[in-house]
Amino acid sequence: MIHRKLSFVAAIGLIAASALLGAAPAHADETETEPPVVELVLDVSGSMKAADIDGETRMVVAKRAFNDVVDALPETTQLGIRVLGATYGGKNKKLGCQDTQQIVKVGQVNRVAAKNAIATLQPTGFTPIGLALRSAAKDLEGAGAARRIVLITDGEDTCTPPDPCDVARQLAAQGTDLVVDTLGLAPDEKTRKQLVCVAQATGGTYASAQSEEELTDRIKQLVDRAAKPVPVTPAVVAGAKDCATAPLLDAGVYTDRELIGEHRFYRVAVAGDQELRASVSIALDRPLNRDYGILLKAATVDGRELVRGVDAGSGRSDVLSAGLRWSLTRDDEEEEEDGTAKKSTDTVCLVVSNSFASATAARAPGMPVELSIDVVAASQAPDAPGLGRGWLLLFVLALAGLVAGVLAGWLTRWWVAKWGVN
Amino acid sequence: MRSFLVTAGAAAFVALAAAPALADPSDGPTPIKGVNTVGTSFLTAVPIAPEQPVEVDAVTGDYLYWSFPAEAGQRPELNIAVTLPPAADRTGSQSWTVEVFDGLRRRQACVAGEQSPVVAATATEVRLGCRLRQIRSWAEPWDGDPLPGTYFIKVSTELPEKDLGLPVGVTLDLTAPTGDTGADQGELSAPLFPNNKPGKVLTSTPAPAAEEKDESFGLSMDWLPDFSSRWVWTVGGGVLAAITGLIGFSWTRKRRV
Repeated sequence: MIHRKLSFVAAIGLIAASALLGAAPAHADETETEPPVVELVLDVSGSMKAADIDGETRMVVAKRAFNDVVDALPETTQLGIRVLGATYGGKNKKLGCQDTQQIVKVGQVNRVAAKNAIATLQPTGFTPIGLALRSAAKDLEGAGAARRIVLITDGEDTCTPPDPCDVARQLAAQGTDLVVDTLGLAPDEKTRKQLVCVAQATGGTYASAQSEEELTDRIKQLVDRAAKPVPVTPAVVAGAKDCATAPLLDAGVYTDRELIGEHRFYRVAVAGDQELRASVSIALDRPLNRDYGILLKAATVDGRELVRGVDAGSGRSDVLSAGLRWSLTRDDEEEEEDGTAKKSTDTVCLVVSNSFASATAARAPGMPVELSIDVVAASQAPDAPGLGRGWLLLFVLALAGLVAGVLAGWLTRWWVAKWGVN
Repeated sequence: MRSFLVTAGAAAFVALAAAPALADPSDGPTPIKGVNTVGTSFLTAVPIAPEQPVEVDAVTGDYLYWSFPAEAGQRPELNIAVTLPPAADRTGSQSWTVEVFDGLRRRQACVAGEQSPVVAATATEVRLGCRLRQIRSWAEPWDGDPLPGTYFIKVSTELPEKDLGLPVGVTLDLTAPTGDTGADQGELSAPLFPNNKPGKVLTSTPAPAAEEKDESFGLSMDWLPDFSSRWVWTVGGGVLAAITGLIGFSWTRKRRV
């Protein structure tokens, strides 16, 4: 008897364990993508000598913060470190503006080597932020799915042109998924404006640090956020100017660029018993006029509108998005009722347009568009609810019962009176 | 033989009970692990579950994204508290906004809660809230009603440019009480979960898959609504009608003296 009980318990345990183990990988492989990579770009220009953070120089504080961050790094993080203005101490601007080196190669971090490299840094030269960003983007090329640069500086670019903000926008437009987070060390107004612009241009974030603690916390935050894998790398697609030449898209996530005021067309094949689901987001990567809107329209190939998704906004925002669902209606289906309706495949045009406006930066590259498309089985339109609820329902049913009872009683009395039998 | 059947039955029950517990981290008696990360876009939104404590550090000006799953009949409600940076560092008033989007990134209305409060430069904390409409089990494709699937929470700030980048602490509390679950008859064929796979540009229209018709007449119980309070009301109404029917019948009889 005891044996039987034991085997019973063991069987339950085994099956529960297999259920646990069997279910876990199914969740995991949905998000299995390449590990993201991060490069920290540190300004080591002459201005870092200023001793205005908790009575110590910016350089000393930045070095300590970097050491803390390197110590706290998760094992799997792919990290590189690049410096700018670290070697050339002369006055020649042309030479000084070429001054940027990668001191830690992108990869799993060797803590000791990274700390040694940081320890030797001396605040020296110019601040070529634009060039450093370009070089950092090159360092990260081909590595990982999502690429993130964390730019830490205390002063504005002293090597413009090119404006680092334009450089950032160009870099973001060249590849996919390059994000620049910026961190200002006790920044002045001009530095702040430049860093905010760089962050906005790539969908990154800006933070300012007035103390060592703030600096360390923020770098850790950014590295943590960057270390999380992105669920999908969107495919690059170029929308067309009209529906006839538009690319035919399968279900999935896409990225594109759209100029202010431009219309972009895409096509999706939707079978008669399927439902189209589409959503689009446009990132606000530049200074824009206060009010704006986005329109996602589904239309037939000949231009008849089927359904639209809209959203509008005003003020500060990172992204504006709209979505829609569409499936063939019963009426449409009956029109072509000759047995083919269920099997026929419609081509639906998706048109993405916007009503952004900008006084300064309306030119190419366009604004980043993220388009996500799904085609699922269409849902059946239901009948009215079969069941009721509420006091009114009870009252009506009770009243109907009462009336029916009285009628039945009268009918019985009449029956008995007429026929004399019960 | 009998004990085998019992074992198999019990095992099947355990397996069934284990499966949903895995799917939804909010189930089960174990205390829920808190979340202290946040996403910065729709794609990187950090998934959370109702009742899961969320606490993150961020800076003013960050756009914070989380996502949560919701089912038909639920009325998700979220409350957010933000600890603001020291008043000495700030120069003007700030406007904080919480927005909720469905799985198709369509804006969802908040029916209650302070969605977009403005705080003075001297305030130390700001509280935001949003309660969604009850999630419907079905809606027409042209409709923007809340449907089962993923929901995205986005927190953003409007503030003087000088006040950007200062540290804040954000806590979020999400609840999803269940309301009248039988209000809608229909069912969505697939919840609005984002289909996160890389896209592919096709060269020709895919041929529609020739699917076999598996129409099982008679045996299907799909037409029968799931159990909800409506069953109780309707059956109760029937019983009440029967009783009042008897009362009505008795009124027409002669009273015995």
